[in-house]
Amino acid sequence: MTKLTLNGRTYEVEADPEMPLLWAIRDHLNLTGTKYGCGIAQCGACTVHLDGQPVRSCQTRLGDVGEARITTIEGISGPVAEAVRTAWRSLDVVQCGYCQSGQMMSAIGLLSENRTPSDADIDAAMDGNVCRCGTYQRIRAAIHDAARSLA
Amino acid sequence: MLNRRFTTRDAAVASRRAFLGGSAAVAGALVIGLTLDPKGARAAAGPDLSKAPAKPNAFVRIAADDTVTVVIKHLDMGQGNTTGLATIVAEELDADWAQMHAVFAPADASLYNNLAFGPIQGTGGSTAVANSWIQLRKAGAAARAMLVAAAAQEWKVPAGEITVDKGVLRHASGKESRFGAFAAKAALQAIPENPALKDPAAFRLIGTKLPRLDSKEKTDGSARYALDVRRPNQLTALVARAPRFGATLQSVDDTAAKAVPGVVQIVRIPSGVAVVARDTWSAMKGREALTLAWDDAGAERQSTESQAAAYKALADKPGLVASKSGDAAGAIKGAAKVLEAEFSFPYLAHAPMEPLNATIERAGDGSYDIYAGSQFQTIEQAVAAGILGTTADKVRITTLWAGGSFGRRATASADYIAEAAAILKATGETAPIHLVWTREDDITGGYYRPAAYHRIRAGLDAKGAITGWEHRIVGKSIIIGTPLEAMMVKDGVDATTVEGASDTPYALPAYRFEVHNAREGVPVLWWRSVGHSHTAQAMEVFIDELAHAAGQDPVAYRLGLLKQAPRLSAALTLAAEKAGWSARETKPGRGYGVAAHESFGSYVAMVADVTAQAGKVKVNRIVAAVDVGVAVNPDIIRAQVEGAVGFALSAVLRNRITFKDGEVQEKNFDAYEPTRMSEMPKVEVHIVPSAAAPTGIGEPGVPVLGPAIANAVFSATGQRLRSLPLDLAALRGV
Repeated sequence: MTKLTLNGRTYEVEADPEMPLLWAIRDHLNLTGTKYGCGIAQCGACTVHLDGQPVRSCQTRLGDVGEARITTIEGISGPVAEAVRTAWRSLDVVQCGYCQSGQMMSAIGLLSENRTPSDADIDAAMDGNVCRCGTYQRIRAAIHDAARSLA
Repeated sequence: MLNRRFTTRDAAVASRRAFLGGSAAVAGALVIGLTLDPKGARAAAGPDLSKAPAKPNAFVRIAADDTVTVVIKHLDMGQGNTTGLATIVAEELDADWAQMHAVFAPADASLYNNLAFGPIQGTGGSTAVANSWIQLRKAGAAARAMLVAAAAQEWKVPAGEITVDKGVLRHASGKESRFGAFAAKAALQAIPENPALKDPAAFRLIGTKLPRLDSKEKTDGSARYALDVRRPNQLTALVARAPRFGATLQSVDDTAAKAVPGVVQIVRIPSGVAVVARDTWSAMKGREALTLAWDDAGAERQSTESQAAAYKALADKPGLVASKSGDAAGAIKGAAKVLEAEFSFPYLAHAPMEPLNATIERAGDGSYDIYAGSQFQTIEQAVAAGILGTTADKVRITTLWAGGSFGRRATASADYIAEAAAILKATGETAPIHLVWTREDDITGGYYRPAAYHRIRAGLDAKGAITGWEHRIVGKSIIIGTPLEAMMVKDGVDATTVEGASDTPYALPAYRFEVHNAREGVPVLWWRSVGHSHTAQAMEVFIDELAHAAGQDPVAYRLGLLKQAPRLSAALTLAAEKAGWSARETKPGRGYGVAAHESFGSYVAMVADVTAQAGKVKVNRIVAAVDVGVAVNPDIIRAQVEGAVGFALSAVLRNRITFKDGEVQEKNFDAYEPTRMSEMPKVEVHIVPSAAAPTGIGEPGVPVLGPAIANAVFSATGQRLRSLPLDLAALRGV
């Protein structure tokens, strides 16, 4: 039995401690906003926050999470998260939308540490998040918009 | 290859929609009358569609709470048709955009067939808006007329005196009401057969920027995709498939797999061995623990190199004639200058972000439910019914948001739905089965964009005008050997292999297009823009070469050949103008290229600005101009072209599926790497104003990118890179 603190609640998960956190969240806690894309940390669709830091949940073992606070797309809150969500909606960033939970989690991570990201900062923070629909131009614009609204 | 620059810590639908009467009988026999020909779609987008009866009850629901819900008969895999189709209804209904909602239609071809596909419900060929245009305008107009009739009765005024604006019915007497109050009474009115449609000059929603209907749920984790379906007691299944296409299972040792905690059952199905488990991770571990032996007697064993050699050898021989006019060979023989070029194209995987998956379960009454990002509902119903020993009307499909498709979810064999049904049957139909493909299954699983090889010869006269054009294409047909062959292949020629070449809009005085249908065991499929994904590269790069050989400007040269193609000319002219083509400053390492192509009835031109040096190509900017007829949602059209650039760029720069002794060498996004943020160019999209019936824009942006970039690389370096992906190694010395 593994104890998890996720989106401010405590859960007990009965699963192999080797199980990637991604599958514990999706299959055991049935929170499906966090997505599976590749399973090898190449696409970022599974990005969640551990103590506020973006991580790839497909490469995070359930047994290694410990006391860290997990936040998923369903549990994000605060001014940065609101700014990101508002910008994503006002620019209609999404197409299929499947990768966007991960994109937003990475963007929130970036803006939490850097309120005035340059294009190069955005490249560095977002290059691990794949969007097959190719919404990158709007993601970049939305991050800049969110940064402006937080200034 | 990019390094993953993580600044982060890398530690190593709504519920089932209750439609009433959503299971009207569909043809039990598979794909009778199916016509997926994009030309058919184009024809169907013409006058025939105006005969479609108004069916407001099938497509429009107005509730007492004043919400208007449009029933979407198409799969939305990101292309935004949910918003687009709702816009068409809202326009004729004179609704307020804020009251609009959308739900996906049940599988019921009697109501929800794609008018471009005949009696089949399905999505593809960039037809969603085109085939729905008149149908939904009529539905919206009929619903509006019924609301007005109900208000006229209640208010005791002539219907002609009632106006409707932004969701409000009004009469000069001062009476006014929102729709909801008349919803019930409107439903009792007679359905007008041929409601008057608006004069396009009166459109107030179409052509404007409206917020997407799916932005909210896709930004809070609540949008439900097939992978998110959670049915009571459902089990997750993964399938171990043969490493080589065409191999068959010889023996299974599942002792170790059965011992994996969470594994419930292991069953054989036609495509391999299914491991059924309590969760995805357990199914993965169980599958890894299987020991399988495969019989390769009927397996495809080719390598990429041997295939390339075979294609070239085929191109030495005459093929089937796809189109011809005049004596092309003679015209080339007498030319002042002869140019020849060859182009090769690899297999490509679609790799939608959401891997293929579907949930299937047996209901208490012996009928079945499928939950999927369903793209060919009618075919999937028929295939599942055949496997489960029932009739198609006993198979319901709940269509969910699809996390991309790019063509992959639309197969004539309903491949992954068939697997899910086979697993359900083999496990005794006791628990819902969620079949999941991993990314590795997806990349190695076939149904690729066919590999292709083109060889072209053309002659120029002393003034640089084309005298003749000979063109041979080698590739595996997408259609031959499938149930679609009888309908879609004529005299051995599959239009999806030659479209965009053999029907070129360029005025060629003499031409001959031939095709060889390569026979091989690799399953192939339409990949966003289908044949155009390679024909546009061959046509537009070679035209560029001819322009340079003629000493003429590439834009002017094309325009000279497109006098009979005014819409493509206009798109090309607009793109060139917006890109500053005539004032461009080319210097070593920095160049500009242009390409223009018609596909799916839409016209797209692009100007690429690239930096090319030391074996690297960086695309700085793409300026695109598109003509899609009436621009229903201009912002979604822009998004689709931006996205087409992002999607196609990795195929232009690096993506390829390769084989060694029949085994796919690329397994995941590390070796088959999609475009990333840092590579994305600035994309500017300009829309040519048009009053023509709307066509599609899901696909047409894709084929134009490669030739625009290749032509820009030539302008920057003097190196002609013809094939895709671009041979960047050839630029090392530049």
